[in-house]
Amino acid sequence: MGQTITEKIIAKHAGKDSVIPGETVWVSVDLVMTHDVCGPPSFAIMEREFGSDAPVFDREKVVLIPDHFIFTKDPASIRNVDLLRGYAKRKNIKYFYDPANETYRGVCHVGLPQAGHCRPGELVIGTDSHTCTYGAFGEFSTGVGNTDAGFVLGTGKFLLKVPRSLLFLFEGKLPKGVMGKDIILTSIGRIGSDGATYCTMEFRGSAISDLCMDERMTICNMAVEAGAKNGIIAPDEKTREYLKGRTAVPYTEYQSDPDACYAAKYEFKAEELVPVVAKPYSPGNVCPVKEVAGTKLTQVYIGSCTGGKTADFKAAAEVLKGRKVKIRTIITPATKEVAASLDAEKIDGQTLREIFEAAGCDPIQPPSCGACMGGPIDTYGRTMADEVVVSTTNRNFPGRMGSMQSQVYLASPYTAAASALFGVLTDPREVL
Amino acid sequence: MSQEKILKGKAYVLDDKIDTDQIIPACYLTLVPTIPEERVALGSHALSGLPERYPRFVKEGESKCEYTFIVAGRDFGCGSSREHAPVALSAAGVKAVIAESYARIFFRNCIMTGSLFPLETPVKLNERVKNGDELTLDLENNTVILPDGEKISLTPLGAAGEVIEAGGIFEFARESGMISK
Repeated sequence: MGQTITEKIIAKHAGKDSVIPGETVWVSVDLVMTHDVCGPPSFAIMEREFGSDAPVFDREKVVLIPDHFIFTKDPASIRNVDLLRGYAKRKNIKYFYDPANETYRGVCHVGLPQAGHCRPGELVIGTDSHTCTYGAFGEFSTGVGNTDAGFVLGTGKFLLKVPRSLLFLFEGKLPKGVMGKDIILTSIGRIGSDGATYCTMEFRGSAISDLCMDERMTICNMAVEAGAKNGIIAPDEKTREYLKGRTAVPYTEYQSDPDACYAAKYEFKAEELVPVVAKPYSPGNVCPVKEVAGTKLTQVYIGSCTGGKTADFKAAAEVLKGRKVKIRTIITPATKEVAASLDAEKIDGQTLREIFEAAGCDPIQPPSCGACMGGPIDTYGRTMADEVVVSTTNRNFPGRMGSMQSQVYLASPYTAAASALFGVLTDPREVL
Repeated sequence: MSQEKILKGKAYVLDDKIDTDQIIPACYLTLVPTIPEERVALGSHALSGLPERYPRFVKEGESKCEYTFIVAGRDFGCGSSREHAPVALSAAGVKAVIAESYARIFFRNCIMTGSLFPLETPVKLNERVKNGDELTLDLENNTVILPDGEKISLTPLGAAGEVIEAGGIFEFARESGMISK
């Protein structure tokens, strides 16, 4: 029987010819990623179990990339970045992206691929649920807690139950105004926010192949919002093009076999997709923008690992160019590389930064996770009262962006920008 | 994990889809679960992100709750991978969660840390049990006993049970020879 791309990667890392969904295997890990929120406890657990002098399993396979609570005066947040710094020094970690110097990158899930850490066929563990983002590069990656991470830091091994795969097929051409964000929200809406629990979400079809890597990352990023263990897209020419100049490490490309076994298949005609939102308070609470158009908003947020990449800001700028926003609009690039692209990328001779400034957006924020998950009280854009936000982020649980009284609608950068123009939820096809 | 096979205490009852932001809001993630006093602080903030319709889980000024069990619906612990979530519940004094289903990472974190028993039942227990009801959890016979004496079966833990039996991932790996003792 054929194997899916996910099964092939797991089998390879378990030293086996094949694996069966449901079986539990030990796998070798190619990379472990952690940040300022989960790094300190993971290190403490690793040293408690293996001794304070124990080395990490491979100093070149650990990435410490603080991103959550960076631009804050909160003492505990500052202390936690110090703990990362100390660990990086003690364990002689090769990749530590320090906010105190030029190595700082920004949000882990965008910074890791940009720094050349993501490659097809590899197996990645990260202490963040959105670690599934890297599946966009044809690799297996999943989020874990601190105890698991502490174990992997010391051993390079991970105990893994092989997930069943669900196939999401998108054939055809996406209509204008519909983005990767609409693809993943539509998928989650179809199966529910626990519809892929313990499973792989594999995305395929000509509409997926047409997407750039930023857009593919948006899709895999939110696989966890349907409960999935990982999201994955097979590598192709676009993947290879992205990796050129970013990594010199050889990699293996895997594709699912034609007779691979899927627990379920969901087929979509790309032409029939429309801009959608996830209404409060679940990423699975999805409906077409048209159904809730006119809902009054007080704030627009464009940023995060999900919606703060260059392709996201290009889409937002396409809508905002030559127009004025009506409500507070916050722009938070995910990484320094994305921030630099705001000055490099142009639409009709105007840079993205110039377009956002001329449109009356708030001053562009330094790259980090920003207000996506609320954070310390002084976080820029954190909700403080009964704000109603349309956001390009990934979660809209009660209190997610700070205040329990605020409401968050999740949407594409097109929809977020179009809504900024009118101060109400707006279908972007009306302004594109 | 605790070796007691019979656990008795009060239940705190929740709906479906209680996410990790409700279990421990992100503003408390600066607290490090492995630092003892910060673990206590995490306990005092456990379930502080719940909507106001729920009674307060940990009373103002206290670090422990009066409950031994959480009884919840579908997809308990969805959202973030923060291990702070099971740790906060455990630090507040909770011994077990009994839910219809779990989000994968929360379930795994309970098992790997040995901080909480994540038990599943096909019964909609959160519609049968009221806040403050006294329950008895019989881990040996895999049942929970309601105040009226009715016994409800729990779903066997499967492969995860072996990790729990061993006392967490490190002990499991030592017993299976994956790492040295």
